Amino acid sequence: MNGPKSPNSWQYRGLNMKNPGLDHLSNGLIDLVKAGHNVVAGSADLQYSNGLNRFAAAYPDRYISFGISEQNMVSVAAGIATTGVVPFVATFASFLGLLACEQIRMDVAYGGQPVRLIGHHTGISLGFYGTSHHATEDIGTMRSIADLTVVSPSDGAQLEAVIAASAEWDQPIYIRIGRGRDPVVYESRPSFTFGKAHVHGFGEDLTIIACGITVHAALEAAAAMKAEGRSVGVIDMASIKPLDRDAIIEAADRSRTGKLMTVEEHNVLGGLGAAVAEVLTDESKGIRLKRHGIYDEYSLIAPPTHLYAYYKLDGAGIREVAEGFLRG
Amino acid sequence: MTSQTGTVAPAGNSYAPDQATIDRLRERAQFIRLETVRLIDIAKTGHYTSVFSAAEVFSALYYDVMNLRKGEPKWEERDRFTIGKGHAAVGLFPIYADLGFFPTEWLDDYTRLGSPLGDHPDMRKVPGVDFSSGSIGHALSNAIGIALAQRWTGKHYSVFCMMGDGEMQEGQVWEAALFAAQNKLGRLIGIIDRNGFQLDGRVDDVMAIEPLDEKWRAFGWEVHIVDGHDIAAVTELLRRLRADDTRNQPAMVISKTLKGRGVSYMETEPGWHLGWLDPSDADEAIAEIKSQVI
Repeated sequence: MNGPKSPNSWQYRGLNMKNPGLDHLSNGLIDLVKAGHNVVAGSADLQYSNGLNRFAAAYPDRYISFGISEQNMVSVAAGIATTGVVPFVATFASFLGLLACEQIRMDVAYGGQPVRLIGHHTGISLGFYGTSHHATEDIGTMRSIADLTVVSPSDGAQLEAVIAASAEWDQPIYIRIGRGRDPVVYESRPSFTFGKAHVHGFGEDLTIIACGITVHAALEAAAAMKAEGRSVGVIDMASIKPLDRDAIIEAADRSRTGKLMTVEEHNVLGGLGAAVAEVLTDESKGIRLKRHGIYDEYSLIAPPTHLYAYYKLDGAGIREVAEGFLRG
Repeated sequence: MTSQTGTVAPAGNSYAPDQATIDRLRERAQFIRLETVRLIDIAKTGHYTSVFSAAEVFSALYYDVMNLRKGEPKWEERDRFTIGKGHAAVGLFPIYADLGFFPTEWLDDYTRLGSPLGDHPDMRKVPGVDFSSGSIGHALSNAIGIALAQRWTGKHYSVFCMMGDGEMQEGQVWEAALFAAQNKLGRLIGIIDRNGFQLDGRVDDVMAIEPLDEKWRAFGWEVHIVDGHDIAAVTELLRRLRADDTRNQPAMVISKTLKGRGVSYMETEPGWHLGWLDPSDADEAIAEIKSQVI
């Protein structure tokens, strides 16, 4: 017997090759190499989860297999970066931003080395694989590290845009991404500038500031609310650090209800909502801010779509939370 | 020394240093100890003994074995050095000033507000520091990255990494040990300063690490044991390891040393890991250091 008979049976590597959503990370890196950048990539035993197997196939001499050793991976990457070679290293966000947090601070950020850290399967996207594999703290840990840029692209096309922009960015970068099955926000590679939000409109009733996978859901919620006559806008705040303060201030100034909302696949403490709240406080905007996300608890396990619905992080859920906030 | 140091295979296929070299390296090791006493007096606190155990290795590396250019700390083909026991940086800074990597006057403000020189080395502030240190257990991984990058830069150099023996208790060291062997990093040479002590006491009482040579051998490294205060033996071994272009595995040198070597009462009291000597005691320590041939 050479394998299972049913075409419905599947295995890990086969599943990887059937998921074009995993192309984006490698596509972005391959473009950098083709443009002449001395880029290498590595992963901690997860090349088929993050799609770096495509990069490894294209440039086997530029791929580093680290085995299951996240801390060593980060510190080695920092050593590589001292020589002018730019390393991209990837593993689950739950491990990268937490297990290797101190290596990121010490060797990468304090060391001032332009390492690119890819934390994938972030938030609750690993679903029933376990709360151990959920990353609802990584924005908080990473954005409190000085000299570290933090971005959370909302889909694969924007991830490619971030990777392209990284070629002109000297600081180390933490890039927080999903599991390669994110709904499409941008049909083609959008423009991306560190420190600049992608504004999908400001709302006089409400502007929803979102990042990552919640941008698509926020756009769905906004569309449904607009269909009922509300003025609702969405800001894709992919650049969490540096943050687009001007976009937040403009959203506040345009709000007639005096309300703003943030949405993130992250603890409401320390993440995007906290970053926006800091700006509003700094600027004395007198805005009521609804910070929506995971409410300082350990997320349950379930298939990801069920979790997004349960935590009201899908389109319907965000709409429900937003409407409740506007009423209350 | 000449403007460029480095190992050249000596005549007779021997790496043994001649007497003039031994005398010079001994004198530089003494200089390292004396400068350590002077700088720690500026800071009023410091790690005397962590430098004293490593002084001969520092001298051999920076004044003989490593391929360096005076006054060019960023020369791309230089040999690199990373250190896990970063608290010994007080013994490295005088070397870097001596090699023209930064002005000697910097030493006079050691640890003062605005000084680039602190208890632990910062590569963004101090020319000559190849990688920052301060969190024990990272340095071997950093050295691996620098050694590995030769594949993509086309530059050729050796990378030395000194770790403390207490550092062997950090898990990341063993992640790095596996990686270096797997990737056949023959240009990587580790050195364990086996001085036997950590903050809480004897390493082997706190968390035993022996048999250390067998552990590294089992992880795929070529292991050598040397008396870390025998400057001739240290220099010969490090010259030979650096010159060997055929080795396709990383090498580890277990340098057997005395923590505090050079000041007799420091050699027996682990509390001297951190301390300060009143000027009267410092004068006596200086006299003792000057009176010995180590």
